[in-house]
Amino acid sequence: MPLLTVKNLRTQFSTERGTVRAVDGVSFTLEEGEVMGLVGESGSGKSITALSIMRLIKEPPGKIMADELTFDGVDLLSLSPAQLRDYRTRHIAMIFQDPMRSLNPVLTIGRQITETLRRHLRLSGGDARRRAIELLELVGIPRAEKRLDEYPHQFSGGMRQRVMIAIALSCNPRLLIADEATTALDVTIQAQIIDLVRRLRADLGTAVIWISHDLGLVAGLCDRVSVMYAGRIVESGPVRDVFYRPAHGYTLGLMNCTPRVDDIGHRLKPIDGMPPNLAEPMPLCPFLPRCEKAVEACSVKRPLLETVANGHMAACHADLSDHWRKDKVA
Amino acid sequence: MATQDASSPAATPATYESGTRMALRQLLRNRAAAIGLFGVLLIVLLAIFAPWIIPYDPTAIALSSKLQPPSFAHWLGTDHFGRDVLARMAYGARVSLTVGLSTVAFAALFGVPIGLLAGYVGGQLDNVLMRLMDAFLTFPPLLLGVAIVGLLGADLTTVTLALGIVQIPVLARVVRSSTLVVREETYITATRALGAGAWRLVSQHILRNILSPLVVQITIVFSAAIVAEASLSFLGLGVQPPTPSWGRDLSEARRFMVDAPWLFMAPTGFIIVSVMAINFMGDSLRDALDPRSWVRRAAPTKETADAPADR
Repeated sequence: MPLLTVKNLRTQFSTERGTVRAVDGVSFTLEEGEVMGLVGESGSGKSITALSIMRLIKEPPGKIMADELTFDGVDLLSLSPAQLRDYRTRHIAMIFQDPMRSLNPVLTIGRQITETLRRHLRLSGGDARRRAIELLELVGIPRAEKRLDEYPHQFSGGMRQRVMIAIALSCNPRLLIADEATTALDVTIQAQIIDLVRRLRADLGTAVIWISHDLGLVAGLCDRVSVMYAGRIVESGPVRDVFYRPAHGYTLGLMNCTPRVDDIGHRLKPIDGMPPNLAEPMPLCPFLPRCEKAVEACSVKRPLLETVANGHMAACHADLSDHWRKDKVA
Repeated sequence: MATQDASSPAATPATYESGTRMALRQLLRNRAAAIGLFGVLLIVLLAIFAPWIIPYDPTAIALSSKLQPPSFAHWLGTDHFGRDVLARMAYGARVSLTVGLSTVAFAALFGVPIGLLAGYVGGQLDNVLMRLMDAFLTFPPLLLGVAIVGLLGADLTTVTLALGIVQIPVLARVVRSSTLVVREETYITATRALGAGAWRLVSQHILRNILSPLVVQITIVFSAAIVAEASLSFLGLGVQPPTPSWGRDLSEARRFMVDAPWLFMAPTGFIIVSVMAINFMGDSLRDALDPRSWVRRAAPTKETADAPADR
């Protein structure tokens, strides 16, 4: 049984201008200890997918629907508020994009870590403090004992993200959702955080959903990647397959506008146009207006997610095999 | 901070002690704050220890020594009944401070939960609660006070009630608007992601974050209540004689403005000084309660020096 099963997840928001389908039929499964990347541009529904799994969408105006949303066999959509609170962080933890703003500015770091420990693990004050020191040391914060009594503004961005990770990991969750967790950090700190996540996965067997728009980072960290566009997964598969043999026009577009160290001199090609308005019905492929590889079938019916190769799925009518990296494909 | 300590008894004491001490140090660093704190302390001590400090009964009539100017025997002179003015001011401070404090407590008891509820839950509830608060706000405060006191009779309780009711919407609005801002912060979502329930979120995280504007508003309400009590007493609607009250004494002093100017200068001075001291204190409390504004006394360590200055 997979650790997390998401089947036909739909998250909608009622607004004055109609219903916005922020997530519109997302399905995937995640195995124990697996690291999955979720990529796509801003507004493609990555974060909403994550927040839906955490049940952190405010209802109303939001509404989460799914044919199946189970974690280790437990239906997340039918949890009571109390069960839900127990689930968060205890089993599924999440770290957010902006480390500068995800810690409460008026509480000490120690207070924020121990609060979670005391709530979920029922540790006493002293035990929680000792555990908090261990956690800070685990994520590489020097002089942890002393820094517990400091406030968030006394920490740098990278340090704060480490604290967030320490809090997220405090109860040994089986799934960690990282929403753009390194986007706000500079590259060297980014590398350290990635390293940390890798180590945690190896040591603790934590499954990870890594949300990012940095393809290079996803390539280096993840086993599998899902590409989202306009609230749907348009392509998904093993990292190498998806990146070397993209089977969707949008994935190809993303690859073409990503700088590569081994391809100096190659001009980057931006994707023209804007993502579609999610409040309007989309009978055809949502990427069609921006797609350069569109074929006749594209203006007739909407492509469905179909298997391209073993474990590699895409929702695209076009044949993109001309653009595959022959040198990398066996 | 006391509420936090109370609600999480087993919390590591060192953390909070240092926090409270930092806040206090920050408070005293500011000169206006120090003056304000000193003024408030002076009036509070005068009110509490009046019977031991001042050798006169504020209600004892001694017509033989009426309308005496300030002297060593009577520092602020005597009034038309020969009562010691300083004694009356000290005992009047008891009334002013009691009314001020209980007004704040009453207004906060209702205003803070209403504001938190409206701001956090939002939607229809917010709408209903805030329109109700708006309705309260349409009453001219003093007129409402006069009406309530006129209806229920003048004593300390009704005066407090009358002044407190008009301040409920003031606090509720400040709390609501601050809650609306804090509610949307990433750290609130992050805290929810950590499994915190609504109660904990509101009582620990949101309330703690809106403490600065709330405390400032509370000091403003406090000083406004002192002025309002003086006004009601001035009109004869406050505490009734023989209980001394600044407003009442001021009202009576009008008749002797030319012959005994110290009689109106004393209560006026006490009202002005207490209101200013409280406002000074409130202003700097805002800074003192925000850890981000605390200036570190120790030299910055390596990590803190590396930390970017952004907020």
